[in-house]
Amino acid sequence: MHRIVIIGGGPAGTITANHLAEGLEEEIRDAKVEVTLLSDQPDQVYKPGFLYLTLGLESSERIRRPVRELVSPYVKVRLERVTRVDTEHRQVMVESDASYPYDQLILASGARLDPAATPGLVEAGDWFYDEDASMRLHAKLDALEEGRVVVSVIGVPHMCPVAPLEITFMLDHWLRLRGRRNTVELTYTYPINRTHSIPQCAEWASPEMMRRDVNIETFFNVEAIDPEKKVLRSMEGTDVPFDVLIAVPEHRAAAYLEESGLLLGGWVPTDRETLAVKGQEGIWALGDTTDLPVSKAGSVAHYQSSYLARNVIARVHGLDPVARYDGKTICFVEAGLDSATFIEFNYQRPPTVPEPTKMIHWAKLAYNNAYWLTAKGAL
Amino acid sequence: MADTNVKQEIDARGSACPGPLMELIRGIKASTVGESVAVLSSDPGSNKDIPEWVDKIGYELVANEDHGEYHRFVVRKTK
Repeated sequence: MHRIVIIGGGPAGTITANHLAEGLEEEIRDAKVEVTLLSDQPDQVYKPGFLYLTLGLESSERIRRPVRELVSPYVKVRLERVTRVDTEHRQVMVESDASYPYDQLILASGARLDPAATPGLVEAGDWFYDEDASMRLHAKLDALEEGRVVVSVIGVPHMCPVAPLEITFMLDHWLRLRGRRNTVELTYTYPINRTHSIPQCAEWASPEMMRRDVNIETFFNVEAIDPEKKVLRSMEGTDVPFDVLIAVPEHRAAAYLEESGLLLGGWVPTDRETLAVKGQEGIWALGDTTDLPVSKAGSVAHYQSSYLARNVIARVHGLDPVARYDGKTICFVEAGLDSATFIEFNYQRPPTVPEPTKMIHWAKLAYNNAYWLTAKGAL
Repeated sequence: MADTNVKQEIDARGSACPGPLMELIRGIKASTVGESVAVLSSDPGSNKDIPEWVDKIGYELVANEDHGEYHRFVVRKTK
C-alpha cells in the first residue's frame, strides 16, 4: 500500500486530492494506493469573498462549503489538527494522538495571520483576511460618517497581492454611493517605492488612486501602531494618522511546520518547478505555504496542483517527477463595484493590465460562484 | 565587504509578483540585526528599486553583483 497524505483542506489540498483521485483511481480501487486529506476545519472558505463580506455585499454562508463535499469519494477526509511531521519515521502526528504514516506527503496548509507580530495592531487595527475580522470591519465602515481610513500593507508576503488595491477601489466606490466620500479621507500605504509590487499594476493603480483622491504613502514599512493616538509609524520614519485602519497583517506558515523543522525564513523551502520540498524525500508543497517567489493566491495553488499531482503519481509508478510548474498565475482585480481587470503571467512573461470593464467584473462575480467547480477539480 | 553573514539567499529570478524587492523585505524582516540577506533578480528595475529602498531605510547594500542574466544583491540589516 502506497500512502499519500495531504495536509490542508483549502484550495491547494482539495484540488490536489481530486487530481490524485482521478489519476490513481484504479490503484485506489485495488487498495494499492490510499489518499488521505487532513483538514483542521470542516469547511473550506472562499477567501476572495471576504472583500465582499467587508462591504456587506456577500454572506458568510455563501462563501463556504464542507470539505467532504469538495473531494472525490476515493479520498479519505479526516478532521484532524496536525501537531508535527515526524520526517524520520515518515508519519504525521495529530492532536487526537493518532498518527498518519506516509510514503509521500503534500504540505498544503496555507498561511495564517499573525496580527500580534505588529505592536498595536490587535488593539487598533482591522483586516479583511478572515471571516470574523471582515464582519467587524464592515460594522465600523458602516458606522463611519466621517474620518480617515487607511489601507496599509504591513505583512510581506501576504495572501492575494492585489487585494489591497481591490479593497481601496471598492471602498472608494462604496463610499461614493453612500454619499460619504467627501467626508471620509482615504490613504493607501505600501512597503516599496510604488503602489504595487508589479510595475504594470502600479502604473495602472497610481494614477487611478490620484484620480479618486486617494492619498498614497510609499516606502512605508509599518514598525508599530500607537493605539491611543491612532497613528501608524513606519520603519522609514513617517507617521500616518487614522480612524479606521484596514491592515494587511503579517502572515506565517502553519505552526506545526515550525515544530517539524520544515521552515526556512518562515516558509517551506520548495523547488520552484518540481514543487518538491528541498532537503526532504517524498515531501511536496504548494500554495501559500511555500517560499516561492509567486503570488500567495488561489490560482497559483490551482495551477501548481496539476503539476504536483503528476509528479506524485510518477513516484507511485516508480518514475521520475518530470512535470515542471512555470509560475502561471491569473488574478482578477476589482477596480470598484462595477468594473474589474485581470492579470496573467508566469516566470518568463510579465503581466499587462487591460482597461477595467463591466464584463470582466461580471466574469469575476460569476467565478466567485464557479470557484467550487475548481475546488472539485472540474474547472 | 564580503557577505560572510548571509542568512538566506532568495532566488527571485522571474518573480513578477510579489517581486524581488518584496522578497528582499520578507527576508530582511525575518532576520536579526547584523545578518545579511541575498536576493537574485532578473528584473532590470531591481537595480534602481533595491538600492533606493536600502538607502531610504538606512541599511547597507553589501554587494550588487552583475551575473549577466541576473543581479545578486546582498543587504545587511544594520539596525
